[in-house]
Amino acid sequence: MGSNPALPAIFFEGFNDMHQLLKTEPCSMLLLGNEAIVRGALEAGVRVSAAYPGTPSSEIGNNLFQIHSECPELVYFEFSVNEKVAMEVAAAAAAAGLRSLTCMKHVGMNVASDAMMSLAYVGVRAGMVIVCADDPSIHSSQNEQDNRFYGKMSFLPILESSSPQEAKDLVKRAFELSEALELPVILRTTTRTAHVRGPVQLEALPDAPKGLGRFQKDARRWVLVPGTARLRRKVLLERFEQASAISEGFEFNEIIGSGDVGIVASGVSRGYVWDALHDMDCTNQVSFLSLVMTHPLPEKTIVNFAQNKKMLLVVEELEPFLEEEIRSVLQKNGVTTPVYGKNGAYLPRMSEFNPAQVRAAIAKFLGHSLVQQGPLQLPDMPPLPMRPPALCKGCPHTETYNLIKEVVHDLGLNEDVLYPTDIGCYTLGVMPPIQMADYLICMGSSVGSSAGFSVSTHQKIISFIGDSTFFHSGVSSLINAVHQGHRFCLVILDNSTTAMTGHQPNPGIQYVPPEYKKTRVPIEQVVRGCGVQHVFKINPHKKDESLPVVREALSLNELVVIISESPCILYAKKVGGRR
Amino acid sequence: MKRMRLLFVGVGGQGTLLASRLLGEACIKEGIPVLLSEVHGMAQRGGVVESTVMLGGLKSPLISPGEADVLIGFEPLETLRAISYCNQNSVVITSLSPIVPNVVKLGAAQYPDVSSVFERIRSGVSGFYACDAEELATKAGSPKSVNVLLLGMLMGTGLVPVSLESMEETIKTQVKPKTVEANLKAFRTGVELVSGK
Repeated sequence: MGSNPALPAIFFEGFNDMHQLLKTEPCSMLLLGNEAIVRGALEAGVRVSAAYPGTPSSEIGNNLFQIHSECPELVYFEFSVNEKVAMEVAAAAAAAGLRSLTCMKHVGMNVASDAMMSLAYVGVRAGMVIVCADDPSIHSSQNEQDNRFYGKMSFLPILESSSPQEAKDLVKRAFELSEALELPVILRTTTRTAHVRGPVQLEALPDAPKGLGRFQKDARRWVLVPGTARLRRKVLLERFEQASAISEGFEFNEIIGSGDVGIVASGVSRGYVWDALHDMDCTNQVSFLSLVMTHPLPEKTIVNFAQNKKMLLVVEELEPFLEEEIRSVLQKNGVTTPVYGKNGAYLPRMSEFNPAQVRAAIAKFLGHSLVQQGPLQLPDMPPLPMRPPALCKGCPHTETYNLIKEVVHDLGLNEDVLYPTDIGCYTLGVMPPIQMADYLICMGSSVGSSAGFSVSTHQKIISFIGDSTFFHSGVSSLINAVHQGHRFCLVILDNSTTAMTGHQPNPGIQYVPPEYKKTRVPIEQVVRGCGVQHVFKINPHKKDESLPVVREALSLNELVVIISESPCILYAKKVGGRR
Repeated sequence: MKRMRLLFVGVGGQGTLLASRLLGEACIKEGIPVLLSEVHGMAQRGGVVESTVMLGGLKSPLISPGEADVLIGFEPLETLRAISYCNQNSVVITSLSPIVPNVVKLGAAQYPDVSSVFERIRSGVSGFYACDAEELATKAGSPKSVNVLLLGMLMGTGLVPVSLESMEETIKTQVKPKTVEANLKAFRTGVELVSGK
């Protein structure tokens, strides 16, 4: 466990006194869903936590980071280099008998899934909660995947909250469930449950923990060679049966009302349904199955619920996960109640819902005519200029882009340069006037795709990756590029922080508060250690010194790395201002 | 209490989220059921910031077009952008101090003439309160208190069943100690502007 001295609140905004989530007196606080999750974990006695930041999950890590800094003996936290590492850190802690938590955004689970799929086989001893934050409507992500399918694939239980209070209660319940099943439990949030603020009743925090855990060796359980893996798969299937039984009586699931048509909903959609039924004054017409444990589904409960209903409407964002499962359960049990949702075009697969949309779907389902309040009509509204997010004034990324652009122009390469990019603030380089972003699919794809483009086109390839993203998933692709002899120029935009998600630390950062004692892993050493022969370093704010360096780098037709080093201006202000 | 949907819109850095949070905290003090939603992430890089405050037991965190009871716009262009969330019974509170978007600075678009549109909005909704919030906040002590001044205007309408005392208490405990005085002055300026007292 780490033993950093207490850090003042330098990385994140403002806690001068004790962290607000460590309050001991029972009271009601206005908490963000993500903060409520942290409080729930603390009340449950979480001991080890690890995460890689990602919207809309980031505040969980930020708060745990701060709490660990203030009270290292209470709970360990680290910002790991990526979600897979964080998953493994939390998994090992739970195997050693300490309650643990990891959190990630939905696409982070893709990275962590290699660990998670087999972690389900070995299971845990102490409770482990995996918080996964989906992003319907793609507010700040690269896709809209529905991670409930990971529950199905891994056989891990999924709980979905709809309010901060419930999120806190569910985290505590999830730890118990995890210990009862010896499996990690997934708490799935979405942008509108993670970033909702509501009153949360604080309960007691456990006494300060004493000592660490101890890992009991048992190779027949913890070492997944094929023979053991087969045994553990059997165990996993049995545990899944147990989980199904628990799901039947899961106390957070409830049936409201006793009408002869049924509505089923989960997550934030439960709130939309609830409000719509009240708005339309038809609570007594409908029977509403409000689901919190959405995997495994309570089969008997669903059959009982559906068999005396004329029809069912399933209200869930993104994919028809519940809808298809319910249809399959009913078919298996010979229940012919028709099931609507995405089927029948009541609700779309795409994007998050809004209250009027759900109200309209329910009205159509019930055959009600609905008078929705019409928006204010203002003919001749002038065109309104947009405010797209942009790189901050004085951002070093802008300087780097401009330098590269100038040299590319001088070398007469303009038309023929391909710019694979990556995930971070610098992705905004796709916007005018920079427009130097041509290909992006996921964290680290700048490096891997550059390799692919280098063998499949004659175009000059200049790709961009940030420092944190490089550590997250750029290093192994760079080693591959060295070994395979790929030819491209990788520009590492090293601003000494994970800026996009709120200035979390990463292994390479050199600008840190004096109290931050973790070992620095300099990017230049990593790059040279990967075997890159041509490594250049620039300070993008020093244009005259940098131009000839960039020119030399871009003139080479080999694998080249330019490290453009200058701290994020917002981060520098935070660290510098408080030193 | 009656259910109520309030929409706050502004530009990153204006303290939009703080304003809605202050209202939320005051509601908790008064025992009013409250739910807030906030925009995080990309929108904070100088983009549009939106938050909602849902009162009276609503469980939906979002507001659909035409369904905001009150729109509080921290910037005139953003008020216009969000106006479709209002209906004829809505109350609109807006700052008239523009924050010029980059696309306008770059000459790629024009900042619209907002005054004529606001006149039409004034006659189309049940209440319309506008002021040069930046100038008034500056006079009260800090241009950064625009958010609290607009919150004062909201409280001045008497629509939200929270007492001025609770709101002021909340401001005192939630803003940075150095800024309490300027914020309280800005808040009272806003209240007086609308209520006349």
